[in-house]
Amino acid sequence: MLEVKNISYAIGDKILLDDVSVSFDAGKLNLIIGPNGAGKSTLIKIICGQLKALHGSVFYNDRNIDALSMAGLARIRSVLSQNIELAFPMQVSEVVMMGRYPHFSGRPSAKDNLACDEAMNFFDVNTLADRNYMTLSGGEKQRVHFARVLSQIWYPVEDQFRYLILDEPLTFLDVRYQFDFMHKVHYLLEKKDMVVIGVVHDLNLAARFADHILMLHEGKVFSSGEKKEVLSKENIRSVYQMEATIHFENNEMNLFFR
Amino acid sequence: MIRGTKHHRFFFGVLCISLIVAALVSICFGAVHIQLSEIFSAVDHYTHSSGVPSLNERIFMEIRLPRVLLCMFVGAALAVGGVLMQALFRNPIVEPGMVGTSSGAAFGAALYFVLGALFKFNAGEWTLPLAACAGGMVSTMLVFLLSQSKQSGRSSIVGLLLTGIAVNALFLSGVGFLSYIARDPQARSIVFWNLGTISGANWHSVLIVGISTTVCIAIAMRFAKDLNALMIGEEEAQYLGVSIRKLKLIILTINVIMVAVATAFVGVISFVGLVTPHLLRILLGSDNRDLIRHGAVLGAVLLVTADFVARMLLQPAELPIGIVTSFVGVPVFIILLRRKDYFF
Repeated sequence: MLEVKNISYAIGDKILLDDVSVSFDAGKLNLIIGPNGAGKSTLIKIICGQLKALHGSVFYNDRNIDALSMAGLARIRSVLSQNIELAFPMQVSEVVMMGRYPHFSGRPSAKDNLACDEAMNFFDVNTLADRNYMTLSGGEKQRVHFARVLSQIWYPVEDQFRYLILDEPLTFLDVRYQFDFMHKVHYLLEKKDMVVIGVVHDLNLAARFADHILMLHEGKVFSSGEKKEVLSKENIRSVYQMEATIHFENNEMNLFFR
Repeated sequence: MIRGTKHHRFFFGVLCISLIVAALVSICFGAVHIQLSEIFSAVDHYTHSSGVPSLNERIFMEIRLPRVLLCMFVGAALAVGGVLMQALFRNPIVEPGMVGTSSGAAFGAALYFVLGALFKFNAGEWTLPLAACAGGMVSTMLVFLLSQSKQSGRSSIVGLLLTGIAVNALFLSGVGFLSYIARDPQARSIVFWNLGTISGANWHSVLIVGISTTVCIAIAMRFAKDLNALMIGEEEAQYLGVSIRKLKLIILTINVIMVAVATAFVGVISFVGLVTPHLLRILLGSDNRDLIRHGAVLGAVLLVTADFVARMLLQPAELPIGIVTSFVGVPVFIILLRRKDYFF
C-alpha cells in the first residue's frame, strides 16, 4: 500500500497542496479527481518522487520515499505521465523495451523480451511492434506507453508491492479504448500485489470503475472514500460548481449534468 | 529485434572494412606514392629499430600514419560528441560545439595567434593546443554558470541550449575582433585554424587525442541506455530510474573533454558531428548504444576520407579540411532532412 502523510507543497506564495493525507490500498482502483488546478498532478509528482514535498512524506509500504533510490524505485513503480513526446524516430518495440531499462544493464535478457511481448499483447499493440512510433495516432501512442509502463512492473517482486501510477491515462483514447483500458486495469488488480493510482477527469468513468476516490479541491482533500460518498450532489456542486443528477441502476452509478 | 541485431553487426563490419580501406588509400596516395611493401618494411624497421629507413618509409611513419590516426580519433570524437549532445538535448540539430566548446577553443587559438607574444607564455608546440583547450573549457563553464536558474540551482536543457547559442555568438565576435586587429599573417592563421587543419599531426597529438577519445567513448557507452531513456523526456527518464543531474554532468564533461582536446589540435571542423548521427539514425534507428559504436567508426571513415580529398584536390597544396567537410556535409544534411520517412 502507499501512504501520503501531511503533504504540503508551494511555489513561491502559491500553495498547491495543503496538508494532504491519504492512503491507497493494493488490489483497488484508486482514482484522484478534482477540477483544474486542484493539485492532482502535483500530488502525483510528489508520490512518484519527481517533486519533493515541503512538508510531509510519502511511504511505499512503510518505507519512506526518501530512503529509496531512484533506480530501486523504478523497479517496483512505473508512471504514465501526460503528453510524452519522443525526440527521435523509434521503433515501437524499442519504446516498450524502455520499460525494462531499470532491470538490466547492457542487453535485455530473454525475461525482459518476454515481459515486453506480453505487455504488448495485453494492450493489443503487438501488431504495431515494428512500426515507427512517430507515425502512430494519438490513441496508438498512448497504448504503446501503457505497454511500456506495464512491462516495467510486469513481474511480481518478492515481499513488495508493485505500483502503477497513471496521470490522466485516458486523454487520447476513444470511448471504446477508455472502457477497454479500465477493464484491463481491473484485471491487473486481481493480482493482489498491485497498487494502482490514477488521475481522471471523467466523473462517469470514475463512478463506474473506481474502488476508492480522492477528491481534491484547492490543494486540500475535499473528500475521500467510497464512490457513493465522494460523488455526492453536494460535493460536485461545491467543487465543480455544477448541478448533477445521480442515477443508480443495478448497482451502477451514472451522473448527468445540466 | 534479432534481424535488427544481425543487420547492425553486418553494417558495423562494413564500416570497419571501409575504415581500413580509407586509411590505406589515404596513407598510400598523396604528393608521394607509398607502396604497401614499404609500409611493411617501415613497420619492420621501426619495431626492430634495425637499419636506416628510406625516405618513403619515413614519410609513412612520421607524416602519413600519424595524420591518418589523428583523423580517425578526431572524427570519432566529433561524431560521438554529436550523438551525445543530440541525445542529451533531445534535439536533432545540435552539434558537439553547441555548449560553447568550439567557439571558445577558436577564441583561445585566436588569442594565441594575435596576442600570444604579449603574454610571454610559451610552451613550444603545446602553446596553441593549450590555449584552444583552455578557451573551450572556459566558454563551456561560462555556459553552465549562466544557465543555472536562480530558483532551483539546476539548469534546464533548453536554458543550456539557448545560453550556448548566446555564448557561442559572444566568443565568435571575439574571434572576429581579434581577426580585425590582427596583422595579415596572424589573420591568415586564425582563418586557417577556424577551417580546420590536420597538417600538424604528429605522434604527440595522436597519443593525446587518442587517449581522450578512447576513454571518453568507453564511458559514453556505459551511459547510452540512460540517454535512450531520455528520448521520451526528462521526467519519464527519471521514472525509469535515471538520475538526470548525474547524466547531464557526465555526458557534458566527456563531450567537452573530447571536443576541446580534438579541436585544440586540428581547429574547428564542422558538420561531422552533425551529419554522422543523422546518417546513422536513418540506417540503424535511434538506439544510442548503436549510434555511439557505429558513430565512432563512421566519423573516423568520414574524416580520413575528407582529409584525403583535402590533400588531393589542389595537389601539392592542401585545402583546409573544414571546407571539405562543410562542402560535402551541407548538401548531405539537407537531403537527409528532406527525406519523407525521417521526421521529428
